[in-house]
Amino acid sequence: MPHRWGMAVDLDRCTGCEACVTACHAENNIPTVGPAEAAAGRAKHWIRVERYWEGEFPDARLKFRPVLCQQCDEAPCEPVCPTYASSHTSEGLNAQVYNRCIGTRYCANACPYNVRFFNFYNPVWEKPLHLQLNPDVSVREQGVMEKCTFCVQRINAGKIAAKTEGRELNDGDIKPACVQSCTANALVFGDLNDPDSAVSRLSQSPRGSKLLEDLGTKPKVTYLERESWHEPRG
Amino acid sequence: MNPVADSRLSADLLRPVLQTTAKFYVAIAVLGAVVLCGVATWGYQMYYGFGVTGYNWPVYWAFHETNFVFWIGISHAGTLISAILRLVNATWRRPVTRCAEIITVFALMIGAMFPLVHLGRPWLAFYLIPYPSERGLWPNYRSPLVWDFFAINTYLIASVLFLLLPMIPDFALIRDRASGWRQKIYARLSLGWHGSPKQWHRLESAMHIMALIILPVAVSVHTIVSFDFSMAIVPMWHSTIFGPYFVAGAIFSGVAALILVMAILRKILKLERYLLPLHFQNLGKLLLLMSLLWGYFVFNERLTTWYGNSPHEMNVFWSTQTGAYAPLFWAMVLLNFVIPFPLLTIRKLRSITSTVIASGGVVVGMWLERFLIIVPSLARKAGPYSWGSYAPRWPEIVIMISSFAAMALLYVLFSKLVPLVSIWELKVGQHPKMKTAAEVQDAEAAGELA
Repeated sequence: MPHRWGMAVDLDRCTGCEACVTACHAENNIPTVGPAEAAAGRAKHWIRVERYWEGEFPDARLKFRPVLCQQCDEAPCEPVCPTYASSHTSEGLNAQVYNRCIGTRYCANACPYNVRFFNFYNPVWEKPLHLQLNPDVSVREQGVMEKCTFCVQRINAGKIAAKTEGRELNDGDIKPACVQSCTANALVFGDLNDPDSAVSRLSQSPRGSKLLEDLGTKPKVTYLERESWHEPRG
Repeated sequence: MNPVADSRLSADLLRPVLQTTAKFYVAIAVLGAVVLCGVATWGYQMYYGFGVTGYNWPVYWAFHETNFVFWIGISHAGTLISAILRLVNATWRRPVTRCAEIITVFALMIGAMFPLVHLGRPWLAFYLIPYPSERGLWPNYRSPLVWDFFAINTYLIASVLFLLLPMIPDFALIRDRASGWRQKIYARLSLGWHGSPKQWHRLESAMHIMALIILPVAVSVHTIVSFDFSMAIVPMWHSTIFGPYFVAGAIFSGVAALILVMAILRKILKLERYLLPLHFQNLGKLLLLMSLLWGYFVFNERLTTWYGNSPHEMNVFWSTQTGAYAPLFWAMVLLNFVIPFPLLTIRKLRSITSTVIASGGVVVGMWLERFLIIVPSLARKAGPYSWGSYAPRWPEIVIMISSFAAMALLYVLFSKLVPLVSIWELKVGQHPKMKTAAEVQDAEAAGELA
């Protein structure tokens, strides 16, 4: 059976430390754009930690929600792309083919999660930051859309390693950068087609829900959250 | 219609083609300079990146896309109106149709530039063309942008044919009066026209067929433009009303543009004898009808959204009714409905000037309408964390201004190529007793017409 990659995000564990964001930038050669451009809305974060306040002061609760590409089964970004730059892989990933992208930005408009990012300029790394570039990930030129890939380079590396060692891929062999760096173990990655994988079990949890589930996009990212949080306290 | 002697008519209408004044060169120089500024700005945007514009996350479509929809809308002036008027055989149409058809062709050409301008990597735009590549890659036929590509190209080809067909007899007329290289060019363009009854018959059948073909094409084109938005699950884009709403809006802005262009031509080319108050009055009535239809669609769209009270849509709804975009929204209502309505309904207020004022307002109002459809929805998608806003920077504004200059430039250049009012159609209109253009031509040759 082919793999079907998915993720579970435990909101009850997330501390909002943003280590995942930093790791993602480092792993995927995502340049920072500086404060002025960031303020103008040109920052690129393939994963971001959304911060929400619930309730009114003093009975307020701060909540964090890491949002990355939901790798939807029915992805709204895919049919709208005129050149198949945004397309579905056999393992259920929403791939972005940079070489095929002409920059209509239609995919980003169609995406209800706003997790697709446009390269407004050619990327620049001030020296010596250029030395930290990850050779496994291509850099993207201006005019191209980019997004979370579930660290497809790590998925491929993991599969190749298992094949050379002549064994099956084990649950937990592959960890995207965000998952690897999450100190609270709030992020769990794995194969949804393997019923015994951690991510499969967590995705079945009664605490689980999908982001904007009613839109019918069938995301492969499940958010876990205690129901009691939604009840009024006191 | 005041009868004008046929010889005078030809002389009046051919003057701009055959005589070139200094004003013409000044106009070309000024307009050409503005167009060049626009082209240079596009080059600047390509070279330095889209970051020079005001575009940002999450408002990835804004001015360029607004201009695209706006110009495609303007293009509905022509062909659609002239096809309808031809089919119902409205006799007052004769001096109006060519103006309208020219607007269609040029507005389409300008509108079709904006999908290129808005691309992040326009040099790869050829990926949209279905060509057999060595990698076996085709465009994605599920994408509304690919539908757009085909729809606009179809409409452009059809409207160019529709413009060219009735120009053939006028090309022949110029061929007979011009000399030197001009004569050679017009001899080619007139396709061996010598005005035999058979040729007249074929021309009229061809025009009739084209008019029938162009109507569904025009309706489908703007419906497909609306699909760019309504196919996406973006709040207040994902609406079934968008097809007819866009078509109505397109004809609305198209009629307004036609009235403006006619008024300008009337002044500059001194066509007071041909473009009469009657024409402005009749087109004003059409404008009023479209204003009412447009108002009806807007009311429907807003009411169903408000009553449905879906939280995602209401965020966009209130941002346009009372929020940041409210001034633009109410300006749009004022320009598209509140001002034109009394100007066009009250008989005492109805005049060429008031019709032109109403039309100018409508053109601006319809531009705002497109902006208000595109930007507020993208700025307020489902997740409040990723809400944003948009303000243009100078590159978008310069490119927009240059698109208007391009329209004027193309029009001025075209006035050198053909008479902007169809001479032979006017002549036919002057002699209502004669049924066909061939009869009029024969009578003219026999010297029966003064």
